[in-house]
Amino acid sequence: MIRIANGQGFWGDWLEAPVRLIEQGPIDYLILDYLAEVTMSILQKQKAADPKLGYARDFPPLMARIAKLQKERNVKVIANAGGVNPVACAEEVRRVAPALKVAIVLGDDVFGRIDDFLGDGLAMRNMDTGAPLITIRDRILSANAYIGAFPLAEALATGADVVIAGRCTDTALALAPMIHRYGWKPDDWNLLAAGTIAGHIVECGAQCTGGNCQVDWQSIPDLANVGYPIIEAEPDGVFSITKHPGTGGRVTVDTIKEQLLYELGDPKNYITPDCTADFTTIHLVDAGPDRVRVTGIQGGPRTESLKLSISYSYGWKAIGTLVYTAPQALEKARAADQIVRRRLLQLGLAFDEIYTEFFGVNACHGPVAVPVDDPPEIQLRIGVRGQEKKPIDRFTRELIPLVLNGPPTATGFGEGRPPVREVVAFWPALIPRDRIQTTVEVVE
Amino acid sequence: MRVPLSRLAHARSGDKGDTANVGIIAFDEKDYPLLAREVTADRVKEHFGELVKGKVERYELPNLGALNFLLHEALGGGGTLSLRVDAQGKTLSAALLRMEIEA
Repeated sequence: MIRIANGQGFWGDWLEAPVRLIEQGPIDYLILDYLAEVTMSILQKQKAADPKLGYARDFPPLMARIAKLQKERNVKVIANAGGVNPVACAEEVRRVAPALKVAIVLGDDVFGRIDDFLGDGLAMRNMDTGAPLITIRDRILSANAYIGAFPLAEALATGADVVIAGRCTDTALALAPMIHRYGWKPDDWNLLAAGTIAGHIVECGAQCTGGNCQVDWQSIPDLANVGYPIIEAEPDGVFSITKHPGTGGRVTVDTIKEQLLYELGDPKNYITPDCTADFTTIHLVDAGPDRVRVTGIQGGPRTESLKLSISYSYGWKAIGTLVYTAPQALEKARAADQIVRRRLLQLGLAFDEIYTEFFGVNACHGPVAVPVDDPPEIQLRIGVRGQEKKPIDRFTRELIPLVLNGPPTATGFGEGRPPVREVVAFWPALIPRDRIQTTVEVVE
Repeated sequence: MRVPLSRLAHARSGDKGDTANVGIIAFDEKDYPLLAREVTADRVKEHFGELVKGKVERYELPNLGALNFLLHEALGGGGTLSLRVDAQGKTLSAALLRMEIEA
């Protein structure tokens, strides 16, 4: 049995989690997921400004913090912290933690190959809209292929203490050590599906150990010290999910079911670079305190395509807010919204969208929200989005004047006018698998 | 007798672009057939009204006592484009549990 712990569900997750995982009990592998779809574009910009950047900058300090214990306990770290610059990430880890042997996985970054692909007749159509990539060619900010677990397993085989990848799938981080240790083959579909589903369960960190859990949430113990998830994986594809004894949170069939359903599409056809996994074959059993055993998982062949994660510059947006109080808080906020819209119209400003929410009434649940009668306070929240920056900037000056020249009792303007933010959009597309070749390098 | 879904099920929601997914899970797996009968794609679409501009698809996971719904065009453009507070549909799970069903 091997123990694979996930200490980071996204870049910005709890900094203490990975440290506690390594300090508070036995683990063999520590996996860390840093990349969201839009993160790649931010990293690509950082790299353009400074060729030494473009990776998850929280990662090297973490390695410095845990290096000693990691060596003592022979824990291997697998992280997609490399972003668009795994080489620079590895060099920084080596600089701050020289005792660690580092391997990197390269080949996912296709930012420089897009024109070659287009020239070869690959349309890379948007999987949601069907539009060909050529329509946004000059606005592309980053382009990466999602790679699977086998290149990561190859990197583990070098004996590295730390494996750094770029855009691998979240589930590959968990599956890779199983492939490495148990010698699973590229067509062991049921085993690969089991490891993939184990990865799906832990990929959001504490969201399977009591975080964001709706079942009897008030009784979930000590979320302040919540334990992050650990997979206990066996060679035959059976695994358990647990957490270190004495940590907060809860692992039950209910907490695992909730996470299994998270961001799920067609449950019979969960596609990764490694296999397709069938979520309707999962069998869960409570196997003791904070322990769930998972059996029965079946899978099928991998697809002939890999998914590309492309980001491009879409335009600009800004969201402004004001607070109105009772009596008639909602009526005041509605009136203010109408005034803003009329003023924008009179200025002749065009937007792709103007969207208003009344926070405290219906912002999150819209027409499904519980009706409220004259709430004590409401936040008016108006957002605009468009291709040109100038109208968005002008909009940001239209809210604060309402404090003096609109409906009564407006406040909450202390932050000043809202920032104008660049909108980087995501373009999902497919590419034939044989166009992506990965390599592994050891950084000495 | 009409009861809110929250009596019989818990839920989790997330996003994939402009599509939200809401998974509902029976507290007691013997209530799964009831959920499967009552909580249809059409009823979910009707429940969310103008919040869901596109179609609603339903997938069944009887092994988990669960149903998974995909709510298309439900997140104001999704991802970074959305101007909503809940751009990732994180709270739509709780919103679906307010639906009343015949139990």
